[in-house]
Amino acid sequence: MEFAELIKTPRADNVVLHRPFYLAVEGTLCLTGHHLIFSSRRQDNAEELWLLHSNIDSIEKRFVGSLGTIIIKCKDLRIIQLDIPGMEECLNIASSIEALSTLDSVTLMYPFFYRPMFEVAEDGWRSFLPDQEFELLSSVTDEWRLSCINKEFSVCPSYPPVVIVPKSIDDEALRKVAMFRHGSRFPVLSYYHKKNGMVMMRSSQPLTGTNGRRCKEDEKLVNATLRPGKRGYIIDTRSLNVAQQARAKGGGFEQEVYYPQWRRIHKCIERFNILQESLIKLVEACNDQSHNMDRWLSKLEASNWLTHIKEILTAACLAAQCIDREGASVLVHGTEGTDSTLQVTSLAQIILDPRCRTIRGFESLVVREWLQAGHPFQQRCAQSAYSNSKQKWEAPVFLLFLDCVWQILRQFPCSFEFNEHFLVMLFEHAYASQFGTFLGNNENERSKLKLPQKTMSLWSWVNRPEELGKFKNPLFEANSLVIWPSVAPQSLQLWEGVFLRWNRPSKFLDEAQEEMINIIKYNRELQAKVNALRRQLAELETDDRMQENL
Amino acid sequence: VENVRLLDRVSSRKAALGTLYLTATHVIFVENVSETRKETWVLHSQISSIEKQATTATGCPLLIRCKNFQVIQLIIPQERDCHDVYISLIRLARPVKYEELYCFSFNPKLDKEEREQGWKLVDLNEEYNRMGIPNNYWQISDVNRDYGVCDSYPTEVYVPKSATAHIIVGSSKFRSRRRFPALSYYCKDNNASICRSSQPLSGFSARCLEDEQMLQAIRKANPGSDFIYVVDTRPKLNAMANRAAGKGYENEDNYSNIKFQFIGIENIHVMRNSLQKMLEVCELKSPSMSDFLWGLENSGWLKHIKAIMDAGIFIAKAVAEEGVSVLVHCSDGWDRTAQVCSVASLLLDPYYRTMKGFMVLIEKDWVSFGHKFNHRYGNLDGDPKEISPVIDQFIECVWQLMEQFPCAFEFNERFLIHIQHHIYSCQFGNFLCNSQKERRELKIQERTYSLWDHLWKNRADYLNPLYRSEHSQTQGTLHPQMAPCNFLYKFWSGMYNRFEKGLHPRQSVTDYLMAVKEETQQLEEELEVLGERLANLQKLQLNGNKVNSKQQDRSKQLGLSASSNSIANTPQEYSNDLKSFPSRSPSQGDEEDSALILTQDNLKSSDPDLSVNSDQESGVEDLSCRSPSAGGCLPSEDSGKDSDEAVCLAV
Repeated sequence: MEFAELIKTPRADNVVLHRPFYLAVEGTLCLTGHHLIFSSRRQDNAEELWLLHSNIDSIEKRFVGSLGTIIIKCKDLRIIQLDIPGMEECLNIASSIEALSTLDSVTLMYPFFYRPMFEVAEDGWRSFLPDQEFELLSSVTDEWRLSCINKEFSVCPSYPPVVIVPKSIDDEALRKVAMFRHGSRFPVLSYYHKKNGMVMMRSSQPLTGTNGRRCKEDEKLVNATLRPGKRGYIIDTRSLNVAQQARAKGGGFEQEVYYPQWRRIHKCIERFNILQESLIKLVEACNDQSHNMDRWLSKLEASNWLTHIKEILTAACLAAQCIDREGASVLVHGTEGTDSTLQVTSLAQIILDPRCRTIRGFESLVVREWLQAGHPFQQRCAQSAYSNSKQKWEAPVFLLFLDCVWQILRQFPCSFEFNEHFLVMLFEHAYASQFGTFLGNNENERSKLKLPQKTMSLWSWVNRPEELGKFKNPLFEANSLVIWPSVAPQSLQLWEGVFLRWNRPSKFLDEAQEEMINIIKYNRELQAKVNALRRQLAELETDDRMQENL
Repeated sequence: VENVRLLDRVSSRKAALGTLYLTATHVIFVENVSETRKETWVLHSQISSIEKQATTATGCPLLIRCKNFQVIQLIIPQERDCHDVYISLIRLARPVKYEELYCFSFNPKLDKEEREQGWKLVDLNEEYNRMGIPNNYWQISDVNRDYGVCDSYPTEVYVPKSATAHIIVGSSKFRSRRRFPALSYYCKDNNASICRSSQPLSGFSARCLEDEQMLQAIRKANPGSDFIYVVDTRPKLNAMANRAAGKGYENEDNYSNIKFQFIGIENIHVMRNSLQKMLEVCELKSPSMSDFLWGLENSGWLKHIKAIMDAGIFIAKAVAEEGVSVLVHCSDGWDRTAQVCSVASLLLDPYYRTMKGFMVLIEKDWVSFGHKFNHRYGNLDGDPKEISPVIDQFIECVWQLMEQFPCAFEFNERFLIHIQHHIYSCQFGNFLCNSQKERRELKIQERTYSLWDHLWKNRADYLNPLYRSEHSQTQGTLHPQMAPCNFLYKFWSGMYNRFEKGLHPRQSVTDYLMAVKEETQQLEEELEVLGERLANLQKLQLNGNKVNSKQQDRSKQLGLSASSNSIANTPQEYSNDLKSFPSRSPSQGDEEDSALILTQDNLKSSDPDLSVNSDQESGVEDLSCRSPSAGGCLPSEDSGKDSDEAVCLAV
């Protein structure tokens, strides 16, 4: 057994666990193949801590005499400290944790071993299929078709097997367009705005290169989404400068001459390592226990995290505005079309489409616009804010998206069916999970790993009524309108629920949440009672009348 | 003046055309659009500065900045008119006599008796009784009955029983402006107290036996502790500089059993500049995140708020946890001392976190102890160097605490904002003048009305739906964290950008929950009625009689919660590039626009559901109190519509 080899000391007694805002607890530490388990042996209420090895971002060890201390920093930003008596035990445990938390092979990850303790009512792997989505679409328009061109992932490795494209474009043309787009990510439908029939598409950059290559099929495809006489917007998530530089590497952007009906707008959303550094700096600021206000604000500012939030939200609002207010169709892309592009298209849908603000609809959005659209979760979420090994693929792209959703949720607290915990839960599972949903970088890899057969879907678990209750927003009242968030700096705030989650006592805020739930629950109960009484009364009265008539 | 344009601060391209009126008390702008005739009312006393800017082709711009953080930008077509308005406003905004202030002409149509009742709502003797005073250790002293000892103190002060008139008078001579140590808060449970005074006139070596005896008496009034803390809320450097002027701070060697502590809160001049800097940041046109955060940090505002809070936390801890009495002072003991004592009291005693208790707290620590409202808030034309947002900072401390302890306060954010508004409005007599003595001389209570009564009558507007008196957060002392990463001090856009509604959350959780609670109450009543009717019916049915039934309209009640849930549904300016398509298809935007109007109704100072009550009670009162803020809810930034100034995108 491979794991056993890595675990030299499976168990240590008299270990002391330290966490902020909790008293230190003494107990037993156990290591298993996938978990670090700490359980206090106190009789009254045995406390247990289960930590997935894959949740561990980095560990540090310190020694004072023979007492070893391990500080564990997690991807969910929590920091815990374990005091372990005995130098050897401590070293063994530390090296085991290190090895187990950095396993190379995906198939060794916990989701492949996890056996759920609950009965699966609905298989989450089959909850959100493209066919269902297309069915919804075809009930309102017949201008689009489902193409199976990517069935074997042969055209575009990062696209799902089926995609929605304009009806007038055949697969042959799509193949040509794929050659003209970075990573073969040809333009596909992202969102159809029922109100005015405008659409949002996404793709990667066109491969114009320095000599201004063009592709007639690409132009045709892009234009096929326009109504006669109408124009559209191309939102390039890079600055003009960056887009121009991309030409030297074979990339580029759509030139006016070839796309005369389109107007291009450049927005500047940062990428990869800049975002990762921003996260690292922000978390560092949030863990600074000093009492100095100036230092806190300047660190917050220097992290640029909120600047990124503002940029992403602004671009998304712009896309939504083009569609809803200008009555124009929109094409969004950056370079690869797997990161900032998806942030923009998914946030724009939250603004425009009330369905995306429900739990089910939001899950579907995450599946469509992130998982199926090929956001490389495994690469991006391999490490979080505490990691020292800087590989270049990590970036908190999805976390930024969730943060933006939280910002909108904060501004429209009654318009979302889910609450903050739901978003925090998605953040946790994107980085470390017992479920297979966020494994792999695209549908191609997921299908090769046979995830639907071998692992449990996060949605199978979340959508059980027992779990859903925790994630419901008590204030929710369906709101069919477009919601326009404010992107002014005064309106954007640090997401305390994630970044200060482990640093502040949450008791008072949790209590407030509980109060809200109780107020609304009581109201609903009364409503039910009143309705029941009314019915009873009405029945009695009709009885009465009938008696009288007799 | 006609054909004046009122500019929108958020979206500069949108302006409302209307007529400007100047009355004796208000500036009124009425929009020309016939169906709405939206009015913007600004009290002259709210005006903090007027700026006439260079004339442009469109007219002469006039910028009016208000003390409640409203900024109004007008463009007046004729320069001469603009100049006239400017001159008139300068005069009107700077009254020289108290009699010119609005409260002397404001008449909410209450009779004499009601007015007197209103003034009796907050009674400080009652408050000291509530604390358990007089008792074996503390008594009321009449030493200041004709303001003979200290003219900025109230006539009735509470002092240790062992402090004789001789000691008090002696001590007062050794303190700046003769503000001797007097009781601010007493903790029944452990006899620890908070006393306040001004700085001692110690210079480099002076002593005063009576003052030393006074502090000794304070210590003795708390038998559980063998020392007291003396907290000087100034930065040490400032306090030392004061020694050269014959003032200064207590020397631990001269006083037996004191522990001396500096807590560096900056003086009124630093605070004034800090606010100024922060407001400049708030006024920036489309600032970047960095501009904003950098500006916020650079203003130092949140640092100062934290300093005040930290001082309050220190004192609350000394009293509640160590059981040690504290004497607090700064220089004169009427600014920082008031802030710190009231924050500490608020942390210590849940009563001050109720609506009534909060009024009492302001009355006790601010009004009665001679906080110089007139000077600090510039009610009468005076020295601009005396102006400083001292109580604003206290109010913000309360808000920061509300954010951290959402169930701990009986009142909501609106309550704080309205108090802040009325501190400057001079609509009620409470905050006039600089001391109780001046107020008595002016016969304020006979000639003006009390704000507390007004707020109390409308208290339904100011309730925090999450407050329950039996909830654990409403019990005992609050223990806030100290580090910024634990206790996140936030920028209060609800206050400093309160007139830019576009920046705020579009749905108010408070209003929503209040509507739900109100509906719940109706349901409870209906349940009772239905229950009775059912019982009756069953009884009558036996007799074969028929009951006359009046079915209540259920949908009306459901509408309640739905209406509170409306949204200002217009996009901001997300891009400067988006001006290239001039036409906007007419089919769209209908729903949004109607939602917008709905919201503006909702954003009036009081909830529409609730304001009905006040309308019936007193029409005039409602008009005058609603207008300042109701008029302010204009920014409806709808950039989607804008198509003038079209700048084509350069690629």
